[in-house]
Amino acid sequence: MEAFLHQILSGLATGGIYAAIALSLVMIYQATHHINFAQGEMAMFSTYLAWMMIDAGLPYWVAFAGTVALSFVLGVLIERIVIRPVEHAPVLSVVIVFIALLVILNSLAGWIFSYTIKTFPSPFTWEGSQNGYLSPHELGTIGVTLLVLAALFLFFRFTSLGLAMRAAAQNPVSSRLAGIRVGWMLALGWGLAAAIGAIAGMMIAPVVYLDPNMMAGVMLYAFAAALLGGIDNPLGAVVGGFVVGVVENLAGAYVVGTELKLTVALALIIGVLVFRPTGLFGRRYVTRV
Amino acid sequence: MTAPLLEVESLDAGYGPTDVLHGVSFTVGEGGITTVLGANGAGKTTLLRAVCGLIRRRGRVRFGGAAIESKATEDIVRLGLAHVPDGRGTFVQLSAEENLRVGAITRRDRKGVAADMERMYGYFPRLRERRHQQAGTLSGGEQQMLAIARALMLRPRLLVLDEPSFGLAPLIVRDIFAIMRTVNREERVGILLVEQNAKLALELADTAYLLETGRVVTGGPAAQLRDDETIRRAYLGY
Repeated sequence: MEAFLHQILSGLATGGIYAAIALSLVMIYQATHHINFAQGEMAMFSTYLAWMMIDAGLPYWVAFAGTVALSFVLGVLIERIVIRPVEHAPVLSVVIVFIALLVILNSLAGWIFSYTIKTFPSPFTWEGSQNGYLSPHELGTIGVTLLVLAALFLFFRFTSLGLAMRAAAQNPVSSRLAGIRVGWMLALGWGLAAAIGAIAGMMIAPVVYLDPNMMAGVMLYAFAAALLGGIDNPLGAVVGGFVVGVVENLAGAYVVGTELKLTVALALIIGVLVFRPTGLFGRRYVTRV
Repeated sequence: MTAPLLEVESLDAGYGPTDVLHGVSFTVGEGGITTVLGANGAGKTTLLRAVCGLIRRRGRVRFGGAAIESKATEDIVRLGLAHVPDGRGTFVQLSAEENLRVGAITRRDRKGVAADMERMYGYFPRLRERRHQQAGTLSGGEQQMLAIARALMLRPRLLVLDEPSFGLAPLIVRDIFAIMRTVNREERVGILLVEQNAKLALELADTAYLLETGRVVTGGPAAQLRDDETIRRAYLGY
């Protein structure tokens, strides 16, 4: 029983990371109706930036804040430089651009930082809590995830900029007619998504270790989470993330074993697409004409 | 006579390679109401989109003395030109109140925005009842009210309306036109109105133009067009 509970709780910890990445996928999907396949590689690259700063001797939380800020800027730049020119291109062209971005970031990381696997520190290492159900790092991950989610909720719900971003995602023409600079809102969305991804990357790296391919598995789970929750629903993505984390852990421990764990994600993706394409919380909006 | 609020001179505009409008010229006086009449496909909606910079255009457009023919839509709007687009442009997933907040998003005077929101609820009591409801679930009439209220939240100098009566019950149309008149009289907001309902439009407007296949065929004081035999037959139907 204790082991079972432990599996569920540590599933929630990794689930939080899937939730964060799924959320950044959903944010970009809502604004542009594209799935950013490079989201995971962006997060991986950000994590390397953090590693570099820590390696240079900066305290963890300074490196953390610096990475989040830098990732935000890089996200905005990627939107402005790479995505903007293909704004009105057919969907396949955009997919190719995303895949190119994925490959470029992956090889760039390998070239700059080498493919050798590195350890990444966790900031949550206090003594004496090892006997509980959760390791300090898992507990910290859950805490950080919840903080990020709460901050995002408050931002989108109560600030004028958050409202402008939501409006721009929903109805670009009407937004322009209200004076909103829609192009910049999209870029900000990319920046935010990159920043969230960076946090997720820094939280998962102590577990999966740091290497250019660290996000491959995580991305699959995040896709499954986003689809499960409904690709156009932020709350759904978060719930989906936690569900996928728990299901993954339980299936790994009791059903298919750790080696076949990744197939759970695939099965989930296919299952959702076949039986409930809108996901658990996705909605078909009825509009009047 | 003072300089007009909006002055359009030999405007060509269209989609892709094709021009829909050919050399259109018209004005809206400071605090005046101009209506543009025309049949389906005459280019009325295109005209409004061209003025707001939503589509490719050539020609001269001056708003409050500033040339806006090469400005981006967002910048034109920030000069005080509010456009209620055809189809109402509702943010369907936002609440009614959030829709109003979006209308005022370029404004920094919080108190003024709050006061204006109260004013809108005064004009349209139905919106107050539905303020927390998802805007997509409002009725067509309510969404039209919401669209006009959203545009007024900008505190515009010119309100551009694309077929506000479209698909609405006559009673609601009457209410909406009454509010347009109030806004025009009490706040000196200029109005550029495109309408299929020529009778209503000519009663409201001081100046009117008739658009046919992308060209202005006649224009002048609304009263004059109202009495014009051909226009009466073709557009007023009596």
